[in-house]
This record gives sequence, C-alpha cells and structure tokens, in this order.
Amino acid sequence: MNARVFGALLLRDAVVAKREIVAILIRTMVQPVLFVIVFGLLLPRMGIIPRDYAAVMLPGIVALAVTMTPILSVAMPLISDFGTTKEIEDRLLAPVPIELIAIQKVVSGVLQGVLAVLFVMPVARLLMGPVEGLTLRNLPLLAVMVILGGAVFSAFGLLLGTSMPPQHVSLMMQVIFAPMIMLGCAYYPWRGLDHFPVLQYAVLINPLVYISEGMRAALTPEVEHMPVAAILGTLIVLTAVLLWAGLRQFRKRAIG
Amino acid sequence: MIQIRGLRKVYGSVVALDGLDLDVAEGEMFGLLGPNGAGKTTTIGVLTTRVKPTGGTAIVADCDVAARSVEARARIGVVPQRPNPDRSLTVRENLVFHATYFGIARAEASRRADALLERLGIAEKRDAKVDALSGGQQQRMMIARALTHEPRVLFLDEPTVGLDPQARLGLWEILRDLRTQGRTVVMTTHYMEEADQLCDRVAIVDRGKLLACDTPAALRAQAPGETIVEVLFDRDVEAEVPEMGGVTRTEARGPLLRAYTSSAAAAIPALLALGDARGYVVRDIQVAKPSLETLFISLTGRKLA
Repeated sequence: MNARVFGALLLRDAVVAKREIVAILIRTMVQPVLFVIVFGLLLPRMGIIPRDYAAVMLPGIVALAVTMTPILSVAMPLISDFGTTKEIEDRLLAPVPIELIAIQKVVSGVLQGVLAVLFVMPVARLLMGPVEGLTLRNLPLLAVMVILGGAVFSAFGLLLGTSMPPQHVSLMMQVIFAPMIMLGCAYYPWRGLDHFPVLQYAVLINPLVYISEGMRAALTPEVEHMPVAAILGTLIVLTAVLLWAGLRQFRKRAIG
Repeated sequence: MIQIRGLRKVYGSVVALDGLDLDVAEGEMFGLLGPNGAGKTTTIGVLTTRVKPTGGTAIVADCDVAARSVEARARIGVVPQRPNPDRSLTVRENLVFHATYFGIARAEASRRADALLERLGIAEKRDAKVDALSGGQQQRMMIARALTHEPRVLFLDEPTVGLDPQARLGLWEILRDLRTQGRTVVMTTHYMEEADQLCDRVAIVDRGKLLACDTPAALRAQAPGETIVEVLFDRDVEAEVPEMGGVTRTEARGPLLRAYTSSAAAAIPALLALGDARGYVVRDIQVAKPSLETLFISLTGRKLA
C-alpha cells in the first residue's frame, strides 16, 4: 500500500512539473547561464580573470544547480501549502504515515536536482568552451554528489518549507540563500579561504561548501579540494540532521 | 459508526473541547451545530486524524483515530471548511489522483471520477482548471473528491459557507442524495435551517461541550414555548425589569436585554416604554419565534452567527 501511494504522490509531482516545465527551466537555467557568460566568457576574454578560473567555477555552477532546484522545489510549495492554500491536505489524508508524504517531497526534490544538473552541465560547458582539467572519468562520484546534494538540500527545503511563514519568503532569500550561495565555495575553492581562517571554519556549517568541493573532486580533480571521505561523511550527517528536523516540523504542521 | 467519549483538546490556555460525548449511528446524517468557536472544527479535526486530542477517545468506523490514524484515514472522506483543491491539476485529475493516494488503481480511479463528476453535475468541467469553477462548483468537486475512495463516513465542515443561495440549494440536493444512499455523514454548520432541513439528528455544541442532541423535531419541542424579544440599547442595562407585557423572564448582557414572552406584540411596546422611562436609546430589536434558534439561545445564551 505505502509503495503504491508513494508512486501516486511522485506521479502527481511529475505531472505538475511537466506542466510547468518552461517555468522550471527558466528558474533553473537563467542564473547559471548568465553567470557563465559573465565569469566564464566575458571576464576571461577581457583579461580581468585568468582563463583557468573556469576549472574552479564549472563545478561550482553544477553545485548551485543541485542546491537551488531541490531547495526551492521542496520549500516553496510547502510554504504556500501550509501557510495559505492548504492544498497539501488531500495528501495528508492519504492512509499512509504522515512522514511518507514528507519523504516523497524530498525524493521528488532529489529527482528535480538530477534533472537540473543534466540541463545545466552541458549548457555551461558549451558556453565556456574547453575547460582545462575537466574530466568525466569520475562519473560514480559525480552521481553520488548529485544525489547527496539533492538530498541534503531537499531536506533543508523540507525544514524551511515547514518553518517559514509565507510573509518571510523574501527575507529567507536574503538572509539564508544569499549568504549560503556567496559563502558556499561555489565561486572559489575552500582552500582559497586559507588567508581568512575564521571565515574558512565558519563556512563549514554551509552544506553547499561540501557539494562545491565534491563537484570539484569529481569534475576537476586537479583543483585542490577537500578529501572525498570528509565530504561524503559530512554530507551524510547533515542530510540526516536536516531530515530529522524537517520531518519533525512537518508532523507538527500536519497534525494540530 | 462514531463513538466519542470525554474528548478534550486544549491549545495552550484555550479549551477547545471540554469532555465531549457523542454517538453517530451508521447511515445517519448528523449535524454539529454551534456558533464560531464552539469546537465544531476541532471535533472534525480530531475525527479526521488531523488534530491530536489532549484526552478522551474517538472511534470512527471501528478505528481509534488517535491510535490507528492510518487505518482511520482509509475509511473517511473529508470536505474541509475552505475548499483546498490541488490547483495545479484539472478537475478530473483532482479526483483521479486523490483516489490513487488511497491505493486505487488508475483505471478504476478514472472510472469513479467520471461517474462522480456526472452525478454531481460538473461533468462538463472535467478538464477545466480548478480556478475556472464557481464557488458552488468547487464545493461540488470537493465532495466528489472526498467520495472517490468510497469512505464509510463523510465529514463536511461548514459545506455551504460563502455560497450564494442558489448554489446552496443545489448543494442541499446533493447532501439529501447522500442521505438517501445511506452513507454516514457528519456535517458542521452554523445555519440553523440547514441542520433542521438536512440532518437526522443534531448536536448543539458550545464551548467544547455537548448541550443537546436529538432529532430536529424533538429539539424544537424542547425549545422554550415562548418568543424571544431582544432589544439592543445604547448602554448597559439591568436585568431586573418590572412585570409587563406577558414577559416571563429577562436576561441582560451588556446593552442587550433579552425577554421571553408569550406575546411579542405585547412585550415590544412595554420594553420600549421601559427603555424610554430609563432614558435608554433603542439601537435594534429582534424577534425569534420558538424554534431550534430559540432553543439554541436559551441553551448557549448567544446567537449562532
């Protein structure tokens, strides 16, 4: 029964996503494409930043795709569902444990993250031209990073989506997302922060740091990055903690 | 079909349900009548597994809703107070997906959806977006959706609030139809007339407690055999008034003076004269004949709406 209902819930999200595919693509693609044009194409040609910056940036762009798509695809509908429309209530009445509905949202977020990477990666590579040291030899690690990245940020989306009132959405963008993106080592390697020791350790609470570094380990391994074991271990712990908190909050919102 | 014993729900310092006891028989159309804040929606919330009770038990279709909520959910259908359709889906998809959330195969879900849309008179809207429906049509869709998994008990929370009179009558037809099919239905309402016309039995609740429970006819018979005249003055009044105009009893609530009388025609001039003598200005006068409404007022001390 549970598996069947889970499948039906996933299918519902797939049908809705298919219907909104243009909006989803725009949301997923515009920012990375613009970023690649400016930092991967224009500034290197102007000689303002070195050409090998692309090797640092491409994994970061992929990391951002696997961050923002899951977090937004999970958090935003939940904020409006719990805050105003109550649309999710028909699913909360399904004869399955409440947590299953939340887990399904997380799985759906991971799948959307995978799709985002499949779109963003080739487009970014195409726009940047050849990237020094870029390799697809570490595909298994890349796959693990995409899935773990999707999982940690879908779980974060679950927590935000069940904690944020609708009127605080723009605040959430400014106070949580903006620092998370700028201090997530997407645009520079973590070792680049060696000169800023306080910041270097402070950013370690940011899950994006591990995704960015993990993407570097997978895509441009010659760029210095954190040890893969540390990246994977931390991401698993962060996913577990965020998922636990998100499920707890979800139950609180679902049952009065 | 439903047994509620000593049900309590406390939110912080607010007691929403204060030891509620109720029984609903199979095939019954049961009405929960009460003013806003009486605890009707909380009761429905507990019975539909969405609100965790602080104490007491509630059994729905042989399932303790707190201990076996997953099983209970399979046996109930819910039409919430405010329509909450899945706006990303079409009308028909709303029904089909809802059925599949209950483990019903897609082909069977589609068959049921088509039959229900037909029965509730919105078949021509099947492929429309939900937002293209009128309020009445949306409420029909919500009822159709709640029936797709053939629940043993259907809960409707204020089903006709916010509908225009015509849509409301249309919905009444649908509810009567459900009643003749022998489905157990529990509905809340704060429209006296609705409870009177549609329900087999009505429970009057206020402040989380059951005040009376019987058939509408029996409840009407319990109503004080007197007309209630309410006069609203411009300032607080005293309850003690001299004997006059067939008035047997009076109550004062702030500026409102309520008089129970055998003859409104005799009481009204007497009450006006009394106000005059005391220098009060009359703001409003209302008359209620013996009915569910006067029973309600005599039980709760306040009006429904």
